[in-house]
Formats: sequence, structure tokens, C-alpha cells
Amino acid sequence: MSTTAAAEAPAAAGSVVHLEGVGLSYGKARALDAITLDLPAGCMVGLIGPDGVGKSSLLSLIAGARAIQDGRIHVLGGDMANSRHRRNVCPDIAYMPQGLGKNLYPTLSVFENIDFFGRLFGHGKTERSRRITGLLRDTGLTPFADRPAAKLSGGMKQKVGLCCALIHDPELLILDEPTTGVDPLSRRQFWELIASIRAGRPGMSVIVSTAYMEEAAQFDVLIAMNAGQVLATGTPAELKRQTGADTLDEAFIRLLPEADRGNHADVVIPLRSEDHEEIAIEADHLTRHFNGFVAVDDVSFRIRKGEIFGFLGSNGCGKTTTMKMLTGLLPVSEGTARLFGNTIDAGDMSVRRRIGYMSQGFSLYSELTVAQNLDLHARLFKLPAETIAPRIAEMIGRFDLADVADALPDALPLGLRQRLSLAVAMIHAPDILILDEPTSGVDPVARDQFWQILAELSRKDNVTIFVSTHFMNEAERCDRVSLMHAGRVLTSDTPAAIVAARGTATLEQAFIACLEEAIADTADAAIPPATAPAVATETTAAPRKRGMTFNPTRMLAYSRREALELRRDPIRATLAILGSVLLLFVLGYGISMDVENLTFAVLDRDDSAISRDYSLQIAGSRYFTEKSPIIDYADLDRRMRAGEIGLAIELPPGFGRDVSRGRHVEIGAWVDGANPTRAETLRSYAQAIHATWLAQKGRELYGEAAVAGSYQLQLRYRYNPDVRSVVAMAPGIIPLLLIMIPAVLAALAVVREKELGSIVNFYVTPVTRLEFLLGTQLPYVVLAFANFLLLVGFALIVFRVPFTGSFPTYAAAALLYVTATTGIGLVISAFMKSQIAALFGTVLITLIPAIQYSGLIDPVSSLQGVGKMIGLVYPTSYFVTISRGAFSKALGFGTLHSELVALAVMIPVLVTAAALLLKKQAR
Amino acid sequence: MRLGNLLQLGIKELRGLARDPVLLVLIAYSFTFAVYEGANTLPETLNRAAIAIVDEDQSPISTRITTAFTAPYFSTPRMISQYEMDRRMDAGLDTFALDIPPDFQRDLLARKGPSIQLNVDATRISQAFNGGGYVEQIVGAEIAEFLARSRQAQAPQIDLALRARFNPELKRSWFGAVDHLIMSITMLSIILTGAALIREREHGTIEHLLVMPVTPLEIMVSKVWSMGAVVLAASALSIAFVIKGWLAVTIEGSVALFLLGAALHLFATTSMGIFLATVTGSMPQFGLLLMMTLLPLQTLSGSMTPRESMPLFVQDIMLAAPNTHFVMLAQAILFRGAGLEAVWPQLAALAVIGSVFFVIALRRFRAFLA
Repeated sequence: MSTTAAAEAPAAAGSVVHLEGVGLSYGKARALDAITLDLPAGCMVGLIGPDGVGKSSLLSLIAGARAIQDGRIHVLGGDMANSRHRRNVCPDIAYMPQGLGKNLYPTLSVFENIDFFGRLFGHGKTERSRRITGLLRDTGLTPFADRPAAKLSGGMKQKVGLCCALIHDPELLILDEPTTGVDPLSRRQFWELIASIRAGRPGMSVIVSTAYMEEAAQFDVLIAMNAGQVLATGTPAELKRQTGADTLDEAFIRLLPEADRGNHADVVIPLRSEDHEEIAIEADHLTRHFNGFVAVDDVSFRIRKGEIFGFLGSNGCGKTTTMKMLTGLLPVSEGTARLFGNTIDAGDMSVRRRIGYMSQGFSLYSELTVAQNLDLHARLFKLPAETIAPRIAEMIGRFDLADVADALPDALPLGLRQRLSLAVAMIHAPDILILDEPTSGVDPVARDQFWQILAELSRKDNVTIFVSTHFMNEAERCDRVSLMHAGRVLTSDTPAAIVAARGTATLEQAFIACLEEAIADTADAAIPPATAPAVATETTAAPRKRGMTFNPTRMLAYSRREALELRRDPIRATLAILGSVLLLFVLGYGISMDVENLTFAVLDRDDSAISRDYSLQIAGSRYFTEKSPIIDYADLDRRMRAGEIGLAIELPPGFGRDVSRGRHVEIGAWVDGANPTRAETLRSYAQAIHATWLAQKGRELYGEAAVAGSYQLQLRYRYNPDVRSVVAMAPGIIPLLLIMIPAVLAALAVVREKELGSIVNFYVTPVTRLEFLLGTQLPYVVLAFANFLLLVGFALIVFRVPFTGSFPTYAAAALLYVTATTGIGLVISAFMKSQIAALFGTVLITLIPAIQYSGLIDPVSSLQGVGKMIGLVYPTSYFVTISRGAFSKALGFGTLHSELVALAVMIPVLVTAAALLLKKQAR
Repeated sequence: MRLGNLLQLGIKELRGLARDPVLLVLIAYSFTFAVYEGANTLPETLNRAAIAIVDEDQSPISTRITTAFTAPYFSTPRMISQYEMDRRMDAGLDTFALDIPPDFQRDLLARKGPSIQLNVDATRISQAFNGGGYVEQIVGAEIAEFLARSRQAQAPQIDLALRARFNPELKRSWFGAVDHLIMSITMLSIILTGAALIREREHGTIEHLLVMPVTPLEIMVSKVWSMGAVVLAASALSIAFVIKGWLAVTIEGSVALFLLGAALHLFATTSMGIFLATVTGSMPQFGLLLMMTLLPLQTLSGSMTPRESMPLFVQDIMLAAPNTHFVMLAQAILFRGAGLEAVWPQLAALAVIGSVFFVIALRRFRAFLA
């Protein structure tokens, strides 16, 4: 138990969290403003309020996941602005962020996920297995221990998340909307689980935010929030009494300031007149498989024109898949789907004009303004040009979007975005609206407004509405509802009929009864109801390691997890390893300085024996290929411009005669200077051939005397006597490949965590920045080193590049080098936020310097300017020297030690830079 | 395919790009500073090559040779002993080491045909292979002049008047600038289309498009034209202001013709970007595949090292890559001032490759959306 925290916080008895004037801004937007609160210890505290009012921000501040901007936050008796206190206290806090399984690793199994958290909190092997066994048993997850987190239902993901949160016996449990998007049965099980855990650990405080008022009614204390401020605090009964409301929903609406309440009125949906019997949507034994997995299994229903048809079920039960099949987005595996009697064809554009579809999460173009979004859709749906402007104006008026017409969707609160999505879906006046969870995460007021619009559309405009939802009060408003579970429709009728058939008091209870019955029939029956868990764990709490000292166990926990993820993504590892071998092959053969097959042609204005002999001399060289003779200057110009000839020789009239007479003659020669490297080669070859011819002719014409004074220049190409380019290139390419691929992999590993949200585990667990970075880096160092061995083997065996130096020295240098190159990736990842930016940045930072400034082609010593400066500090420069020395120059540690030292020095510099740039809290 | 939809969807892509400051900065960087740096960092082929001389003769002729190696091609020769030579070469300090043996001058005049040894560090690829010829010429010229003065030799007076066309001083900076421009064009077009597509899928907006009356073909064409247009406009500005203006490179041919070639090249590379995005599931996989595509494209297209020097099978394979033809075309037009009559084969090749890539990418894209 947390003796330290208790000792430090004698004054804070009775209050677990104390907030004073807390404020938070994202850019210009104010998320929280002057919040002052005292949360009692040992209680279940609920945070209620619409989406986007700052609930999640407040929870992440309390958890220490986000840096404090204004005000003071005391948690468990210490100041959360103090990093020492945060480190001390974080083993006592557990935080489960919003989003189903947001902090889980999708490819890891249930057991591995929980095990990872156990390792982060420094539990030993036996301790871990004891705790995990207990937690899995208590949550009924034991049969699913080996299932990857990605393949769990929403409710199960949340239970795994809870196990991860509870593994270290926290004093304070923070849950951010843990049941949003979870089916009623799982929701009930989840709260039973929390209740039994609290029974076993009475001292534990729980802070929960929720969008479900019926859940909130069970909590000890509620805090109602709106627009970054606290509206009221008190027990549910107190809040109801204060406002004189019967339900918490109503109480909350009455707490809202007049302006936010809008013209709120209870949703009244007039009865449907039964004169429309035309069938709008018809699903007949609809089935959909994904690689052997049955997502939708034999679903049939009929929806009449103008009806509001509700679809209920947990996440992943097949609602979205069914809706997508009805829109033509997904082809049907078996069965048929018909709209107004016509079978749906995915390619048929006329069907799409009759449907308005609102996908989950409102996929609007965040880069277009509200008006631009409407305009784009109007044009794509081919509204006549003259009607577009009036139609947009009508939509803006009807959905009350006038104030935000020029705003970007991301800047709008969720309720407004939802209305915009509906406006977009309605722009072309479709007959059918298919709405996939349109009200998830939206506050009660906005939801009611939304349903008012739906009611109007259905009853006035006779639009058929097919809507999925998690909210029971919304389901009750539908004309008919279907409950789906595991791809099958369990029941389908009017809400009243379902309640009557089950004989329950509410629709929710009726559904839970249906679900329990369905589950009893399937293999998932193994889930026992969350029995009072014998959570024996807290009685023998492991001694906790506190403080910032570097802890190898935590580092290795990250390494292990990263390695597991890498193993589960074989494409990535294979691409990395085989890709580099392929590149070595391509580049080793491709980059070559042995210039051969140069083209030349002759403009022979003399056409004598001697002039022909001169041409033959060039043609005889293995470097040159002769093209047809040049006719005149125009021909020469044309063919040179076209790149057909690289060297043009003009032999002047009377060339043979003048040579024989020993007169001064000048041969004209032009080389194509477009590619300077090739031009240099051409020039030197031409001069060499000219000189040889001259010496020969001299001997023929004037005898040995003329060549007296000759000498030989013995050319010795050292380290590569055959002058094979590949021998020179392969040792240079290995360093190139060992920087680009490891750097990209390491950079994306961290940025991916940021983008997908699991980075929050780093924020709220005792992991230090160094442990996190080194732990993530280690598997990539190992991978890169294996890659190195493979590349060297390939160079030796396939390219037959002789290896003359000391292999141990080379291998040691390679290890240092790949540590440095993965370090570069970490530095990039520390300040990049999106994967695209990290990818782009890594390409720019590695590709160009490694190819051009690191001595691969031109020695660093002959570079100039910025390029030289980069070359001097870039690790590749040093490893190129080592690689070439070890391969070709028979060098060992004695000669190469200074380069090794240079590489070794870069590692701490890079890792420190990454650690300094990386933030331990979100900002 | 309806033009109205293409226009609307393309404008949507452009608006999206306009709101992404990171990508805008990267585009601006790639077409300005990257091109400028690329031009100015590359040394001339032989630039301050490190040479050391072991002068065991200490005669007038050996002194003559020693003083003939001057900047900018060579650094001031370092006079070393024979013992030092191996060690210095091992450490990579010298690229060339010239060993003039004892009694060289005496033997030369006595017509004994003595030999000078030139050691070249063959791991220093470009300097080694081109520089060897330079050293040979310099030594040859010095000896010839020395002999010509010491006695009247009856050598034939045949000069080879060598001139380089299109780039008389063989400035590598010109070449480097265009090389970088081509690299930027290829890299950006692949990343802009590919990464944007992956992001759109991750954010679910691609699916949203599909419930509207637009076809995959329209979606893909609008991505190709909009991103192609951005890169093309950036290239035109880069040629006008960076290459012609800032770097003062002489452009011989028609920039309009070059841009036509660039447009065809972009047709191929943007299709390639879409293809890569459809075969990979995530951004890390896309990143790896991107590296594996860009690297061969860049090094084997003939922009870094001449195509002629690659093995035949590599040359043949690279004919399938748009870059190869684009590099040929760019060099012909920008440096040699070639016109349509000279570069039409490259234009045709780019059009064919682009069409093939486009069709393959479209088929993948359709499967990817389903």
C-alpha cells in the first residue's frame, strides 16, 4: 500500500483530488476555465456533461497525463505540477482513457496486454501471473486470454482495459467514458465488476465520466459540467431536488444556462399514419463474410417508407456492416438487399442519389468549411447549378448552421458537427437516410434536437430513416427496433411489443434478457457473471519501486512489447530485412563508375588511310561504341542534342597529308557536357586514346627516336585491384541501408503510439523517458543488426566482395552505428506528431545526407559548405570509412578506433536529444 | 467519368493540402533549398583531391611534377616518405600517391623507359576512376615539356582540341540542381498521393465518398490531377526562380516542353503513389515501401551515375521506370536544348508507362475500396 503517499498527505484526508482555479486552452479555444473542486476519497465520483465541455481534459489533468497550464491540482496529497510528486504517485493512480481499448495494443493478446502493464509496475514473474490469473478470473476473461485485443468486442476491450488499470492496486481509478459504445449487458456487467472491486477495496476512489444519465444516477457524487465550467455538484438526489426534476436527464438540462438549452422541448413523434405500405428497404437473408469470419449472419428485415427503424447492439455486432451493405458500400456475400424493390448494385449511381448516409464518427472533410462541405456534396450529387445556392441556404437555415457557415468542422462541438453531417446527408433530398450511430458522444440537449429533426423528416417529408444507436430512450422513439448480437438479429418489433413479450419494466431490461438468452446459446457462455471477486491481490501488495532511477525491467517491458508487435506484423519485419537485401543487390549492380559503351561518331572530312586509322583506334577501345559517321555540322548538332552521341570527332581536310608531313594539325572533338561526370570520363578516355595513337604513329613515321624519353606510369588501384565497382560500392551501400530503414522504423514506432493513443500509457505509468526510448529502440537495434549480418553475408557470397579486415571490429562498429541510426529515428519521432510528417522528415533527414554528404560517392574532405558540415557530424560518414576499411583495406581496431569512438559518442548525444524533446505529459 | 466531379473532387484535394502546413513547408523546402543545396554541395568531379608524392629522385623533373598539382583540382601535394605511403592510404588520408623512383630523370634521358607508380585508392569511387586520368595527363605533359626543352624531339604535332558542349566548364552544380529537382518531383508526387490516401482511409473519409455518386475512377483521377498540378506548378517556379534565377544555370531548351514531360512523369508517379498506398496496410509499411521505391529510382535512373555504366540487365529493368525516361528527357531539353523531334521517344515512353501504372493502380484502388 502506498505508505509514501499517505505519509506525505496527512492534511488531505477525506479529499483525494483538490483542484483550484484550473484552466486549460487548446490554442485559442478555452477547454477548462477556473475549475475549483474537492473530490472526496473512497467515493464514486461521476463527471457528467455534453461532449466537448472539458470532461476528458479534466480527467487527463488529474491523471497527470496532461501538463497543467493554469491553477493548482493536488492529487493524493501532492502537487501534480511537481514532477517528483507525479512520479511518486503515479503507481497509485490508474487511468483508462476514452475510446474502446484506446490504451491497449491491438495485436497483443489479452494476457500480453495485462502482462505488459504488470512489468511496467515492476512486478516479478510469479507476482504477475498470480495477479493476472486473478483479474482474468474476476472479469470472466480467462477463456479469451490468448485472443488479440483487436478481435474483442467493445465490452471485452473495456474489461481488459480495467484489468490493465487494476493490476497495480491503485488508490485512485480514473475512467473516461468507459461504457460509451458498449452494449447494455456488457455495461451492466462492467458496473457490477466495479462495484465488487470497490467492495474488496473500500479505500479506493473512482472518478468516472459518462454520457449515460441512468449510470450516473448510481454514483455517490456528481459533477455537472458545461463549457469548461462546473454547473453543480452533489449527489444525484441533491441535483434532482435542486432543479425539481424527476430524472437526471431533465435535471441536467435544467442546469444548463438558458442559451445552451436552446429551444429544448421534449421530443414528440406523432404516430405514423399506416397508409404507406410501400417497402423502402428490404434485407433478405443477408450474410457477409470477412476471411472466414461471419460478420453478418442471415439477417432479414423490411422497413416501410417513412418509418423510423432503430438498430441496436454492441460494437462489432454487425450493425455497421449491414448498413454498409444496404448503401452498396460493401458487396453482399449471400442473400439480397433491395431498395424500393431494386436489388442494390454497388456500381449503380442512381441508387446512391436516393440514399443519404451518415457514417460513424461523422466523416466530414475537416479541411473544408461548413459551407464548402455542403457545396461539394451538392455538386457531386449533381443538383442543378441554379438550385445549389438556395438549397444550401435552406439546409443552413433548417439545421441552424448560419453562425458557423465559415467555420471548419473540427472547431465545432460534436452536436453541431452531427447536425452538419445530417445536413450533408440530406442535401440531395434523399428518400432514405441511413444513420450509423449519429448520436454517440453527443449531449442530451443536442440529441433531443437531432431527434426532433428526424421526426420531422419522417412524418412530414416521409423520409425512411434507418438509425443505429446505443441509447435506450432513442430506441423507444423508433417505430420499430431490431437487436443485433454477433451478426444475428435477436428480435425485431415495436419497442412496446418487445417489452410486453419479455414482461420486463423497461426496454433496456428486455434487451438484456434477450442478450443473456442469446449468449447462453453460444460458446461465449463461458463468461461467468462477475461474481464477487476474491481480489486477494491487494493484501500482499508487492513492494513498489519509486523514484526516477533507471529501471531495466520497465525498459525491457517496452522492448518485449515492441518486439511482440513487430513479430505480429510480419510484413513490416520482412519488408525491412528482405527489402534491404534487394536494395543492396540493385544498388550494388546499379551504381557503377566503370563507364563503358560510350557512344562516339566521326565527321571525317579527309577520308584518308590515316584518318580512318584514327577512327579505328577509338572504335577498337572497349570503352567506345561507334555510331554511323556524321555528315555535317547540322547532323552533329542534332545527334548530340538528342543524346545519341557522347563524343564527336572532326578530322579536318588534309589530315593524312599534314600528319605525314609533320605539319601542325588540330583534331576537333566535342563531348556532351550534360552529365559532367560522364563528360569527364569521356574526355580522359579520348585523351588517353589520342596519346596512344600518337605514340604508335610516331614510331611508325619517325622510328624509335621519336618516342625516346618515354616512361611508363604504373597505375595501381589499391584495395580493389580489378577495379570492380561492386567491390567499392557494396561496403558503401551497407551503411546507407542501415540508416534509412532502421531510422524509419524507429521513428514510426513512437509516432504511431502518439497517433493511435497508446502513448498515454507512457504518460501515466512510472516509465521514465529514457526507459521508454531505449526500450522502444532495442528491438529495432536487434533487427537492424540481424539485417547487417545478412547484408554482409550477401556481399561476401553473392557479390564475392573480399573481406580483408577485422570482422569483430566491423561488427562492433555496426552495432554502434545502428544504435545511432535508430537514435536518429527517435529524435525525429520525439517532435513529430503525425506519421506522415515523421515519414517525410525521416526521408529528408536520411536519404539526401546519406547518399550525398557521407563520402559514398565523393569523399567528405572534398565537399564544401553546409554539405561538408553535415558530412562531418553524420554517422554514415564514419561508418562508410569503417566499412570500406574493414572490407577492402584489411583494417582492424588499431586504425579504425577513432571512427568507432566518434560513433559511440553520437549515441548518448542522440538519445539525450530525443529524451529532452520527448514530453512526459501531453500538452 | 464526369468533368464536373473531377473538378470538384480535385478542388477538395487542393483545399485539404492548403490546410496542411507541414506538407506545404516540405514542398517549399524541396523545391527551393533542397535544389539550391543539391547544386552547391556537390564538388566538381575532381575537387581538392588529396594527393601525396614520394619523391625519391629529387631531380628537376620530379620537382616539376610535384609543383604541377594545383588547386582547385588537387590539394597541395604532401611530400611523404615511402614508409608513410601505405599507412596514409589505409587511413584514407590520400586518394592518390605518386611514387617517383630514384634516378628517374637520369633513366628518362638515357631512354631506359623508367616507370612512375601511381597508387589510387579504388574505394574512392568517382575520384579514383576519373582522377587517375588527370594525374596521368599532368605527369605526361610535364615530362613532355621537360623533354621538349632538353632536346628537340621530332614528335608529330597533332593536337586534340577537346571542348565540352552544353556545359563548357562541366559544372556539376548545374547537373546537381536538375538532379534534385527531378528527385523532388518524384518524391513529392508519390508521398502526396500515397500518404494522403492512407490518411483518408484511416480517418474514414474515403468511405464517405463512396456513398456519393462518384466512381473510384473519378476519385483517383482527381487525386492524380490535383497533386500532379501542385508539383508541376512548384517545378515551374523552381526552374524560373531557383535554377535560372538564384543558381544562374543556363537553360538551353524549352521549359514548356520540359513541363510537358514532367506532367507525363507525374501521371506515372502519382499513380505509383496510389498503388503503393493500396498495397500497404499502414503508414509504417508505406514508409518502408516508399524507401525501397525511391532509392532505386533515384540512383539507377541515370541522374546520379550515367546509365551507360550500369550492367545491361539493370539498364533494361530501369527502362520500365518513369524516372529513367524523365532524366533523359530533362537532360536533353534543359542542357542540350533538344526539341520535340529529339525527345518524342521519351514522351511516348512516359505516356505508355504512365498509362500502364494508372491502370494497375486503378484496379488495385477498386479492390482496395471494396
